[in-house]
Amino acid sequence: MKLTGAEILVKSLEAEGVDTIFGYPGGGVLNIYDALYDCNLNHVLTRHEQGAAHAADGYARATGKPGVCLATSGPGATNLVTGLANAYMDSIPLVALTGQVATNFIGKDSFQEADITGITLPVTKHNYLVKDVKELSRVIKEAFHIATTGRPGPVLIDIPKDISATRTDFEYPETVNLRGYNPYVEAGQEQINLAAQAIAGAQRPVIYAGGGIIASHASAELKQLAELILAPVTTTLMAMGCFPENHPLSLGMLGMHGTAYANYAVSDCDLLIAVGARFDDRVTGNVATFAPDAKIIHIDIDPAEMGKNVRVDIRVLGDVKNSLARLVERVSAKMATEWQDKIARWKKEHPLSYDQKCGGLKPQYVIEQISELTKDREAKICTEVGQHQMWAAQYYTFTQPRSFISSGGLGTMGYGFPSSIGAQVGCPDATVFNIAGDGSIQMNIQELATAVQYELPVNVAIMNNGFLGMVRQWQEMFYKRRYCNVEITAPDFVKLAEAYGAEGIRVTEAAQVKPALEQAMASSKPVFLDFIVEKEENVFPMVPPGGSLNKMIGG
Amino acid sequence: MRHTLAVLVENNPGVLTRVAGLFSRRGYNIDSLAVGRTENPRISRMTIVVEGDDLVIEQVTKQLHKLVDVLKISDITSEEYVDRELMLIKVNSADQSLRAEIMQIVDIFRARIVDIGRKSLTIEATGDEGKINALEQSLRPFGIREVVRTGKIAMLRGQKSTSMESKEEE
Repeated sequence: MKLTGAEILVKSLEAEGVDTIFGYPGGGVLNIYDALYDCNLNHVLTRHEQGAAHAADGYARATGKPGVCLATSGPGATNLVTGLANAYMDSIPLVALTGQVATNFIGKDSFQEADITGITLPVTKHNYLVKDVKELSRVIKEAFHIATTGRPGPVLIDIPKDISATRTDFEYPETVNLRGYNPYVEAGQEQINLAAQAIAGAQRPVIYAGGGIIASHASAELKQLAELILAPVTTTLMAMGCFPENHPLSLGMLGMHGTAYANYAVSDCDLLIAVGARFDDRVTGNVATFAPDAKIIHIDIDPAEMGKNVRVDIRVLGDVKNSLARLVERVSAKMATEWQDKIARWKKEHPLSYDQKCGGLKPQYVIEQISELTKDREAKICTEVGQHQMWAAQYYTFTQPRSFISSGGLGTMGYGFPSSIGAQVGCPDATVFNIAGDGSIQMNIQELATAVQYELPVNVAIMNNGFLGMVRQWQEMFYKRRYCNVEITAPDFVKLAEAYGAEGIRVTEAAQVKPALEQAMASSKPVFLDFIVEKEENVFPMVPPGGSLNKMIGG
Repeated sequence: MRHTLAVLVENNPGVLTRVAGLFSRRGYNIDSLAVGRTENPRISRMTIVVEGDDLVIEQVTKQLHKLVDVLKISDITSEEYVDRELMLIKVNSADQSLRAEIMQIVDIFRARIVDIGRKSLTIEATGDEGKINALEQSLRPFGIREVVRTGKIAMLRGQKSTSMESKEEE
C-alpha cells in the first residue's frame, strides 16, 4: 500500500521508537499534522517553536533518548534555530522536522519560505532537504543514526509540502549506508597503554570529566578509574552529576566559577586526564597557564577536539566508556599520597561560601534547600543562564548523571523553562525544578501555558533580584559599576502564574524557603516560586576572563 | 605554509556550501578551491589550497572529516604531484604594433590565443601556479582587462592515487 510522505514520517518515527514530539502546527506541516491525527505519538504543543526545540533538548538530556521537534516552514523553522545551536554546542541528540514550501515554490520567496537547511548548516551536525518522497524514510533513518551516534548532535529534516502529500511505497530501512560517516571509533591499544603508563608515573593526577561521560553512559567506569588511582574528579558544567559530588574524590566544577580547590588542583596537577571534555574557554581560562605542569591525556570520540585549544600529550580517540573500561583494566591501584592531603587542605581552606548573615535572602541558600529537599528522590534540575545557573552548579549536590540540565556552550537564556517541560514529559515521576533568574524566565515564559495544559508539575524557582545579575556583576567588576540596562522589571510572578492556571508563591525570608519548596513539590500544578533575593549578590569564586585558573577573585 | 588538499565528497546538493561554510565560519583562509565530478559521477573532487600552520591544517582536515558528505581527505602537499590551473586572460591590443610582442610571449608560455577583438586578445593558458603567475606578470605591461582562473587541480604522480579505492590516509 502506498503511503503519503506525512504517513511515512509518522511510521518512521514510530519505527525509531519515538513516543513524544514537541511541535507547533502551521500551513507547511498541515499534511504532517493530519497524519498525526491518526497515530499514537504523544504531541506536546508548545507556545513557541523555540520552546519546542528546547523541550525536545531537555527531554533528550533527561532521558538519554533523542528529542524530536516539529515546526512549520518559514518563521516556524527559523524559531528553532537557537534551540538547534544550543543542542549543537552541547552535543545533544535532536531530530528537528520542518515543513517547507512545495518544491516548485522553493527559491521564489514564497509565503513562509525560509532556506532552513542553509540557515542551520553551521548549527546542525547534518541536515537534509527532502526533494523526493522515495528518499524520506532513508533520510529519517540516517538522521536518527547521525544524531545519536559518535558525538551526538542535532539533525534537521526539511520536508516540502508536496513531499508530505505524495504517495509512495513504504519500507523502513534496517541499515544505513553512509560512507562518509564512521562514528564507531575504538581507541588503539597502544594509546590505552600510553595513558596507563602516564597514570602509573603520575604523582598528582586529576580527572577532568566532561559531558561525554554522560553521553557515553560512562559514569560507572569513571568512578572505577578515579577510585582505583585515587584521582580527584572535577566536572564541567555539562558533566555535573556524572560523578557523585558527595564522594570524597569529588572536586565539583572547575573553571571560571568553579571551586577554588578544583582550580588549584588542575593548576597544580602533574597529570590531567580529560575525558569527554573539550577545553572550553570557560574551563581553561588562559590556555597558556592552564595545567602548566601537567602531562595531558585526552580521551574523546571527536578527533577534532584533540589539540584544538590546548596541547595534548596522549590522545585516546574513541568511545569514552570503552576507553575508560579498558584503561581500568590496565592501571593498578595507587596509594594515597601527599596529593590527597593537599587537596583535602584546599577543600578545608577554600570551601564554597557566602555570607548568610548580611543582606536579604541569599539565592545560594535557596539552592541548598532545593538540594536538601530533593536529595532522596529522582530530580531533574534545569537552569536558565546567568548567576542562578552558576549557583545551581555550585550549591546543588549532584549525584546522578542526567540530573542537571543546563545550556552550557551556547549559554541560552530562556532554555531552562522549556527544557524543564521536556524533562518532566520524559520523566513523569521525577521532581523537576527550573532554577531561573527574573531575566531568563521572561524569555520563554509563554511555556507556562504548555505546562498547565499538559499538567506538568514543574517547579520554577526564580531568583528574583531585579537585575540581569551576571551582566550586572561584570559591569560592577570590570566596568566601574556603570550599570547600563541591567535593571529589569518583571510582572508579578505570583499573579502571572495564577492567571495561567498555575500556582504562585512569593518568598522573601529564609524561614519561608523550606515550607514554600515543600508546598510546591506537593502541588500537582506547575508552580512559580518568586524568591525575592539579595539584589547585588555576586558569584564567587571567579576567574576573570582570560585569567589563570589559580588566580581567582573570592577564592 | 600553503597546503593542497584533495577532498572527495558525495555529489550531493549543497556540498560545496557545506565545505565553503566550514572554512569561513572557522576562520580558515582558502587560497583556491576547484571542484568537479570524478570518474564516479556520485563523487566530486575538490582541490583546496589552504594557508595555515600545521595546527590549522590539522583542524581543517578534522573538521572537514566531520561533514557527513566528505568521504576522504588527502593532504598531498608533501607528495609528488602534478598540478594545473587554467587561466583566461584578456589583454589590451589596441596598439597593433604590440600584438606581435604579445603573441611572442604567448608562444614562450605555450599558451594560446582563443579570441581576437578589435582592441583585445584573449589568451588561454594552463600550467602550474608559477607559470600562470609569470604569464600574467608578463602581460601586465600591455594592460590586463580581465582575468579568470579556475584554481588549482592536482593529482599524485605515478601509481599513487587519492581515489576512494586507495587506502585512507588521515
